[in-house]
Amino acid sequence: TVFPQPQDAEHSQDNGLKEITARPEWDNKVQYLLTCIGFAVGLGNVWRFPYLCQVYGGGAFLIPYVIALVFEGLPLLHMELAIGQRLRMGSVGVWSSISPYLGGLGVASMAVSFLVGLFYNMILAWILWYFFHSFQSPLPWSACPLNLNHTCYVSECEKSTPVNYFWYRNTLNITPNIETSGSLQWWLVLCLASAWCIVYICFIRGIETIGKAIYVTVTFPYLVLTIFLVRSLTLSGATDGLIYLFTPNWETLKNPTVWLDAATQIFFSLSLAFGGLIAFSSYNAQKNNCERDALIVGCVNSFTSIYASIPIFAILGFKANENYDDCRNWNILRLTNAFNIGDENITLENYNDWLNYLNTTDPSEVQSLELKTCDLQTFLDQSATGTGLAFILFTEAVIKMPGSQVWAVLFFVMLFSLGLSSMFGNLEGVLTPLLDLHMVPSWMPKEIFTGLICLTSFTVALIFTLGSGNYWLEIFNSYVGSMPLLIIAFFEIISVVYIYGINRFNDDIEWMTGRRPNIYWQVTWRFISPLMLLVVFVAYVIVEAETQPTYNAWNPDYVNFPLADVQYYPGWVFAICVLLSVLPVVSIPLVALYKFTGFVKNYIMNRHNQNPYADEL
Amino acid sequence: MLGKIFFLLCLSSAWAEDLCSKAVPPEAYYVRLSIKTALGDKAYVWNDNEMFLFQATLAFAMRSQFSGQEYNVSNIVVCDETPRVSFWFVVTSLEDPSRLVSRGDVEQAVRKSRNRINSAFLLTDQTLEFIGITPTLAAPVAPNTPPWLIVFGVVMGAVFAGILVLLVLPLIQKKRKKNQPMEDEDSDEETQVKTAENGPERSGVYNMSFSDDDKFTQM
Repeated sequence: TVFPQPQDAEHSQDNGLKEITARPEWDNKVQYLLTCIGFAVGLGNVWRFPYLCQVYGGGAFLIPYVIALVFEGLPLLHMELAIGQRLRMGSVGVWSSISPYLGGLGVASMAVSFLVGLFYNMILAWILWYFFHSFQSPLPWSACPLNLNHTCYVSECEKSTPVNYFWYRNTLNITPNIETSGSLQWWLVLCLASAWCIVYICFIRGIETIGKAIYVTVTFPYLVLTIFLVRSLTLSGATDGLIYLFTPNWETLKNPTVWLDAATQIFFSLSLAFGGLIAFSSYNAQKNNCERDALIVGCVNSFTSIYASIPIFAILGFKANENYDDCRNWNILRLTNAFNIGDENITLENYNDWLNYLNTTDPSEVQSLELKTCDLQTFLDQSATGTGLAFILFTEAVIKMPGSQVWAVLFFVMLFSLGLSSMFGNLEGVLTPLLDLHMVPSWMPKEIFTGLICLTSFTVALIFTLGSGNYWLEIFNSYVGSMPLLIIAFFEIISVVYIYGINRFNDDIEWMTGRRPNIYWQVTWRFISPLMLLVVFVAYVIVEAETQPTYNAWNPDYVNFPLADVQYYPGWVFAICVLLSVLPVVSIPLVALYKFTGFVKNYIMNRHNQNPYADEL
Repeated sequence: MLGKIFFLLCLSSAWAEDLCSKAVPPEAYYVRLSIKTALGDKAYVWNDNEMFLFQATLAFAMRSQFSGQEYNVSNIVVCDETPRVSFWFVVTSLEDPSRLVSRGDVEQAVRKSRNRINSAFLLTDQTLEFIGITPTLAAPVAPNTPPWLIVFGVVMGAVFAGILVLLVLPLIQKKRKKNQPMEDEDSDEETQVKTAENGPERSGVYNMSFSDDDKFTQM
């Protein structure tokens, strides 16, 4: 078999000249592994996985999760790392070399990486905003601000909570619905600019600078998670949270959405189909054991998810306990004041006895007090995912912990590191294909080019700093970061297995690692993974298409405020949603069509110009 | 003279007992103390002496609000003491013990001296409550520069410095390298081939086949 000649981005046949650079390389294996792990381990591991665990019956969720990892995550991961390492190019180059008709696949990956990078950095900007505000005592989200006359608290804050007010009003200054755009919030623009500057300084020379930065950004979150783990386990009520998280509820396994969510979680968690992993492995030496790398990255990612959920849930359990105690203390105060019982005579322990006694002696009075029903379970059920977990639930918990500023700072720096290392992958998914396609003018140094990428992204991402920015971010998150990736991944695995040829691929891996991939890889690559992807994609489309999409708006004038005002997307917004889903993947058929028409044109021209004296060879 | 005072005192205490047995007048204010909540282990026991102190501080508050009018402990009438430590009180006017000072005036006096009243009992606005007199909410401390801008400035300063360093350093290194090979070239001229260079420096492949080194082949 003839191996296709790998084309290095800037091939160097001349060894004497020092100016022409070879393809950049990782300094060592650890850098490469840490970067891949950093790309895979992101915010989702901290704020999506624990939520899914909680909602889908705790420990029972681990079963569909591990099955999805073994049959979908690891095969796709191994395939991406192997193909990038073998063909030594970014996503566009790799798929173009497999077949010119598949160039669109790389373009689609690049487009998705760019679009996801836009909104992902906005989340980092929000984290920076909270980080900047964590250096105050007391923390700004701990108390409501006063109104203009200083007579009472701002009504929006009174009706909801100070934490909600700080997030929706002080941070986002959110508009009541998506049609009202509001104006650019200058503080968010500043934070977004600083986020992009920090990303730029790490990304300035591609993997040379990324490779140095990831030593800090990837290891620091594990350090903070361990600190939080130790601290949270000493908090009261932590065990309630942990029991709630891990108690398996086997009934949920009968629900198909559990399996769907497990599959999508594994898929998005490993950051597949972005082209970033292909870019990273393309900088490797060819003779590298990519099989072991894939297993390491996949398992570390899942381990991190599980490891992160322990302190998260310990802290949420602590917060639920605090809320439960506050609720009961409020009741106690009501009773004490109404019946003029001695101060602190009713305690949390004898509350029930006192309540029974008072109910028997004066039930009408007790009724009139409208005591709250305090149930620990309802407080534990208050779960949230995504920004709700980080900026509302967790910030509320942090206020109640002694030494709040330290914990807040640690938490937000950890989130920022997690997000930053994922941003590197997104941007590499954009930079490497552009470099490989020689779209960079030769006079432009790499630093200027990366600066241009950051500047363009920053300018486009200013949408998210508008008053309605959060609503747009949700749209991008749901429509760009989901379906296009599934489509791209499906085409990827079909291309490698059936167009490139699974036998050729096996030979490549044998050449690279010294071992032919075993039966597990063969079966999953050929049948199981493509099938699973197809099923997940179809199920996803069906679930999404069932209901007309709605969003939760924060509307202070809403009748049931502070409950979310559920609104339908207006027509033009929904059109944009569809556009966002379709635009990245439309390049797959478009490029194929373009190449096909070129081929047909050539064929026709050759037939026309059949000249016995022309040398056609 | 003494007799008159004695008679007035008896009258006022009789009035006081009378007031307490009647319904709560509209000028009354409820007071609620939460001593154990505020002080925990160091809580003192509420007794008649403490009540006397309360009456005295309120008289002080009335005096400081309405200067010249010398309110006394006897003007502060306290009724309905409960184990909660809550009671209501009224302030009788100086001229006529049967008339009560209006709510507004009492409220003004309490608000003015609230801090002093609180500290007399080692309590706070939340643990010594006057029902109906809302505590003035503490105005938030607003520093001139918001602290978050300071942190932002520090971080951005560091980042910009880093970017400058990363951009400028390779340029400096390139300049240094350019100076160094210039010196090397002069010293190695004898061993190097003097190729005619038409285009820009170092654009072609350095061809070693006609190097001077091989002129004298080893036998």
